[in-house]
Amino acid sequence: MTTLAERRAIGEPLSRRDGPQKVTGTAPFAYEYRFDNPLYLFPVQSEVARGRVTRIDPSAAGALPGVVAVLSHENAPRLADTSDQELAVLQARDVSFRGQYVAAVLAETLETARYAASLVRVSYDEMPHDVELRADRGDLYAPEHVNPVNPTDTEEGDFDRAFSSATVKLDETYTTPMEHHNPMEPHTTIALWGAGDLTLYESTQGPYAVRETLARVLGIDPDRVRIIAPYVGGGFGSKTLHANTILAALAAVAVEGSPVKFALTRQQMFSGVGYRTPTVQRIRLSAGQDGHLTATSHDVVEQTAKIKEFAENAAVPTRTMYATQNRRTTHRLAALDVPVPTWMRAPGEAPGMFALESAMDEMAIKCGLDPVEFRIRNEPELDAETGLPYSSRNLVACLLEGARRFGWAGRDPRPRARQEGRWLVGTGVASSTFPVVRFPGSVARISYAGGGRYVVEMAAVDIGTGTWTALSQIAADALAVDVADIDLRIGDTTQPEATIEGGSSGITSWGTAIFEAARVFRDRHGDRPAEGARAEAAAAGNPEAGNYAMHAFGACFAQARVDADTGEVRIPQMAGVFAAGKIINPKTARSQIIGGMTWGLSMALHEESLVDARFGHVMNHDFAGYHVPANADIGQFDIAWIDEEDHHVNPMGSKGIGEIGIVGSSAAIANAVFHATGIRVRDLPITPAKLLR
Amino acid sequence: MKPFRFDRAGDISGAVATLAREPAGEFLAGGTNLVDLMKLGVMEPDVLVDVRRLTSGEIEDLPDGGLRIGAAVTNSELAADRRVRSRYPVLSQALLAGASGQLRNLATTGGNLLQRTRCVYFYDTTTPCNKREPGTGCSALEGCNKDHAILGASPHCVATQPSDMAVAMTALDAVVVVRGPGGERRIPAAELHRLPGDEPQRDTTLEHAELIIAVELPPLAFSSNSRYRKVRERASYAFALVSVAAALQVRDGAVHDVRIALGGVAHKPWRARKAEDALRGRPAAEESFRAAAEAELAAAVPLRENSYKVPLAGNIITRTLLDLTGAP
Amino acid sequence: MEISLKADGKEHRIAVDPRTTLLDALREHLGIYGAKKGCDHGQCGACTILLDGKRVNSCLALAVAHDGAEIITAEGLAADGELHAMQRSFIEHDAFQCGYCTPGQIVSAVGMLAEAEAGWPSHVTRDVSAEETRLTDDEIRERMSGNLCRCGAYANIVSAVREAAEGGAFR
Repeated sequence: MTTLAERRAIGEPLSRRDGPQKVTGTAPFAYEYRFDNPLYLFPVQSEVARGRVTRIDPSAAGALPGVVAVLSHENAPRLADTSDQELAVLQARDVSFRGQYVAAVLAETLETARYAASLVRVSYDEMPHDVELRADRGDLYAPEHVNPVNPTDTEEGDFDRAFSSATVKLDETYTTPMEHHNPMEPHTTIALWGAGDLTLYESTQGPYAVRETLARVLGIDPDRVRIIAPYVGGGFGSKTLHANTILAALAAVAVEGSPVKFALTRQQMFSGVGYRTPTVQRIRLSAGQDGHLTATSHDVVEQTAKIKEFAENAAVPTRTMYATQNRRTTHRLAALDVPVPTWMRAPGEAPGMFALESAMDEMAIKCGLDPVEFRIRNEPELDAETGLPYSSRNLVACLLEGARRFGWAGRDPRPRARQEGRWLVGTGVASSTFPVVRFPGSVARISYAGGGRYVVEMAAVDIGTGTWTALSQIAADALAVDVADIDLRIGDTTQPEATIEGGSSGITSWGTAIFEAARVFRDRHGDRPAEGARAEAAAAGNPEAGNYAMHAFGACFAQARVDADTGEVRIPQMAGVFAAGKIINPKTARSQIIGGMTWGLSMALHEESLVDARFGHVMNHDFAGYHVPANADIGQFDIAWIDEEDHHVNPMGSKGIGEIGIVGSSAAIANAVFHATGIRVRDLPITPAKLLR
Repeated sequence: MKPFRFDRAGDISGAVATLAREPAGEFLAGGTNLVDLMKLGVMEPDVLVDVRRLTSGEIEDLPDGGLRIGAAVTNSELAADRRVRSRYPVLSQALLAGASGQLRNLATTGGNLLQRTRCVYFYDTTTPCNKREPGTGCSALEGCNKDHAILGASPHCVATQPSDMAVAMTALDAVVVVRGPGGERRIPAAELHRLPGDEPQRDTTLEHAELIIAVELPPLAFSSNSRYRKVRERASYAFALVSVAAALQVRDGAVHDVRIALGGVAHKPWRARKAEDALRGRPAAEESFRAAAEAELAAAVPLRENSYKVPLAGNIITRTLLDLTGAP
Repeated sequence: MEISLKADGKEHRIAVDPRTTLLDALREHLGIYGAKKGCDHGQCGACTILLDGKRVNSCLALAVAHDGAEIITAEGLAADGELHAMQRSFIEHDAFQCGYCTPGQIVSAVGMLAEAEAGWPSHVTRDVSAEETRLTDDEIRERMSGNLCRCGAYANIVSAVREAAEGGAFR
């Protein structure tokens, strides 16, 4: 495997190269391209959760001046492939969830399109709907696998025997609510169809993935589809292909020649662009007197949509975290009349580790052990799930360094023992983990532009992750030039193919391709190339994948202050120490971590999508009702990296860090709240109501 | 948003006369709630009469020592006014807790009083709501009601009035001055907002085309010893779970006089008169405060998801009064 | 209806639907994207502009109600190609990630500093009747709470605003 002899750019805390454009508001997001005479699209959403459309009356809408078309299943262009029911938009009468697109208006102004949509009359043959997730449902089933391709159930040893005969044991259920991604930029498309070519300005995490699927669904040649996404206002897993993009493309086909602009309202973000399933997680742990775990089980119940399955892998991290002889993990799904769930920042890890790390805290207390010590005592030698050694695992170093920085030594473990004025004060810790994900298939193209400058092209994306800067640094070191000599071009399918930004895989996957392309370029053209010299190479899969278990690890610490009268929770301090291999850019990496830990705080204290089962949709569908932290909720972060060299993961030695911040941080907070108050909240979010005495 | 005619009236009389002729018209000041509701189709006026520059944007001293606040004074200007900050700190605090800086710079005194409930069913035109469409039912009664009323509700509506400023004004016995087709009226703040009864579609006692032109704060000897406490699910930029506006006067260790109003608990700011009556003459200590709070909250009728509001209200009434005694 | 607006230093005369907000007037009519649409209901602050010097949510201001207004967006803060000190501070402190809330954050911060300079208190000001208010980190956090950031850049936003407030030198 190629490694860098000399690193000059990698490891530098460079400011973002896209900074000047972003701070002036001139970096164009998907909506921000000017066209002459665009048409505006506004959808009509179903008001039943299950049933069939019996009649659509577009007459009042169509009569408004400036309305160009009212689309529905009656007149929308036909899709070539409707096998993916989530994407089969306006093709049939069936309604599978409340909020599904059943019609759409195209008009000359934004205001007209929106008002006209409210005038479209839709009649339904409504059927009884089922939207309630409960662990005692009789129709729970085991999916064939859980996200992305993990086994649904695993078993080692004999859990039942070991658990029943244990001296110290825990059997508790933890729940996490439905959550919605809510990137600040809503899902947005400008679509233009003309002369057989389809161009989309799209807010997406994967331009090539969109191109490929859209082409298949529409029945056109992918070479005639261009996706443009140089700047994306957040994704967090939701900006993959959903019905909104198909709707925009269909509309563009219907009005050939006119650009169609479609940006979701914030309210529309709660029905149809994915969400994290609620989870019900039963954790059982048993240990000997010495604090060594003897048995572990993690049983997860979640929901999916009837029209398309997504199985969140919440119990998967439990398969690798701690040493035990007897372990069982299971996942069961309820298929409901709901929108399709999807990846949401650390799918599986985020809710699963909230449960496991809360349980570990409870177990440490039962064993009379310090929570940091308890985890160290149960550190495994090998990855139990695969039987493989870890390519690198420094969880213990993270826990110890974090404990040192956070001032953990001498902590009085008694709950509700510390009060300052009206504030009950406590501290908590939790482990973090995230797998190293590397998708093969990205291609990087490098060409020499003269004057010392190299153009590096690939259809990668920057969704806030720092791609514009990090890939420039990798390219600079791979070519042994300065970052200023790199002209990076990303976010357009006219560039070579790149895998999606997801699974914290971006830098790993794309960086590897750049590395390969640089090696081929130097082999072919040397270090005094002619102008126009170019080379292209694809990133292969990791040849070491079968030899090692590859994960990043970390430890999160939190201080919680709880108002004794009101139950209001404040988290003034958080610390995180991570072992994630080589850090390409410490400045942007720190931002990813504090962003992830802010998500963990949000998960612990604020987020909850409230579904009214009588109607079937999320009632708190805006930022006033769905809370994410405001600036005043967030305190100080102390973030540190363990110096970790791992030559097995990729040529840069880096592990993905976009998601590990959210993993464990919610449990660290829940554990800190318990320490402060003596109240163990096992059902997120931890709201004041749950802490009132 | 339904199309509407935009009317730039020249003066207050003209504005009132215009609206009197337009049964489906509304006054527009800052627009921070009205435009919000219009985008969702919750309110669909066919005429907007712009009054933002018609009413007074000044805060004047009154001869009796009180203040007269023009309806067009923005929430930020009111909160930042030095007289309000020193004489009626509860009002400044209520405004500062009420919304973001951006909203406070546009929202006006008059508009703030008239803002409508944030009940999720009121806001969603696809769900039944008696306030929005009388006779369709109250979805919150058996639905998502963690934010809803524990006092003064009816089977027709359990919504709460979200204005923090109004809670402080109710505690201070403010008087709302309105001008309508029938002339000028003075309405005690406590009588501006209604309980829902069987007409939840009526938030206030205002008649159509009555325009708020000012709010007067009477002098109150002890109003400088006042405070606003707002409890919410995040540290800022959120509506109250429960809030309290209180002013306290202690003499020789006993409560000489007190004002208490609650937010987040009812269809109107809730003047806690039972608690006030229970407190006058009692020792200014935790026991009395808690007993008074209990007396007020005895009538509370919790819904399935909001029973936490009862102990929460009791706790913050007690704590806020304790803080006002100067106790550590 | 025809209205006049001065946006980022340039005069404009445009015909707008009464329903058009200042945000949509900027984005759809004038092609100015220095204010962004995050929620369209005054709940996120991404649309923050300076309107006659005061920071407001442009999504809730009807354009016809603000005829003749002077508007500054993040595009207009940079003078003659030089970034505003607040913009430079945001880059230095990595106070943004995806960048969508960023123009609103920066304009809000500039407006906020003017408010603090004018002696306005905030929700966290211990004693609203006091003469002076110091701009502590907690004050910055509270005063910036009308600008949501889903990427979670808050901690760096506070550092960036603090440095700009102190008029510190940039390394």
